[in-house]
Amino acid sequence: MANETDQTIDSLDPRISRAHLSGGNHNDVDGLIHFQTYEVFHQSKRGAQHKHVGIVHAPNAEMALLYAKEQYARREQTANIWVAPSSCIYATEYADDDIFTTAPEKLYRNPASYKVMDRIQAFKERGMKSTDEI
Amino acid sequence: MNSIEALKELLYKMADDQLIIGHRNSEWNGLGPILEEDIAFSSMAQDKMGQSEHLYNLLNQLGEADADTVAFTRNAPQFHCSHLVELPIGGYDFSLIRHFLFDFAEYMRFEAIKTSAYQPLAQVAKKFFGEIKYHTMHANTWVHQLGNGNEESNTKMQDSLNYAWNYALGMFEPGPAEDILIAENIFMGEEALKAQWLEAITPLLEKSNLTIPEKATWAPIYGGRVGKHTEHLQPLLKEMTEVYTIDPSADW
Repeated sequence: MANETDQTIDSLDPRISRAHLSGGNHNDVDGLIHFQTYEVFHQSKRGAQHKHVGIVHAPNAEMALLYAKEQYARREQTANIWVAPSSCIYATEYADDDIFTTAPEKLYRNPASYKVMDRIQAFKERGMKSTDEI
Repeated sequence: MNSIEALKELLYKMADDQLIIGHRNSEWNGLGPILEEDIAFSSMAQDKMGQSEHLYNLLNQLGEADADTVAFTRNAPQFHCSHLVELPIGGYDFSLIRHFLFDFAEYMRFEAIKTSAYQPLAQVAKKFFGEIKYHTMHANTWVHQLGNGNEESNTKMQDSLNYAWNYALGMFEPGPAEDILIAENIFMGEEALKAQWLEAITPLLEKSNLTIPEKATWAPIYGGRVGKHTEHLQPLLKEMTEVYTIDPSADW
């Protein structure tokens, strides 16, 4: 760009000084195509469910897997990773979030409403045997 | 040369290669092409440093100085790394090609020493094999991507491959006691390693639309294993040891 300075950046970081970069011109990135995002699903051990952990930017699924491994599986136990293009996710509209409201008088649908703790307690006190009938 | 000296020679060149390429690749930290790649590449550079530390610890058990002293107090002529790993990072095309050529050699080397008669070395190889396998996956995916990208990306990768090739062949500089390492089942030797490496990378480069230089032009660049280095190594060491030189007891 003509109006940019020709001075190279003088940095405390020797790598930057070595690179002889000319001033940052943010217009340079205009018009560039951005990578799509992939949703990342992480499985901690075989048989466990894959859990959504975040996204990565990548040009294709193979590279997305490479990045998912480093971003989301570097510090925790991992058995498997899935990636899926974010564009493949079909989602509800936040405008329709009233479909999730549950009327208060339907609390009977909530398992917490069943009074079973006393029976579980009694079971525990008797000791657990597979032949026991509750 | 007895078998302990031969073993030390092997450990030094492996550890020094990993330390120096680890440092070189870490120079991309914060400058990588996209955030995810920056993190992945830096993270692999850290892996390399970690692997070198374990190999220096094996040397320590054989009577050499401790890992920090060995890593931070030697000058270039005392290093056993190949010229390939010393070269400046250049553009991302060169750094990726070097990563590809180096890591497949390392993969084959570690695969071989998993069954080394020297048990401590075999254990280190088993421990780090997964890391190195990922490094080769990363390298091959990128090389495949850019080799088959567009004309510009293919040309850059091909030019870097041409430039790096004789340096890469220099990784297999024969040591002074190959026969002892082979006879004692410590390591299969550089010549066998080179053959396996060529067998592994040839089809991958073909799939990436990249061509290995004509065999008639092959001229391995040796010297690194015997302390003769490029002019790039000493400045790297100066930068790498800056903190240690200011305060050898610094902890981080």
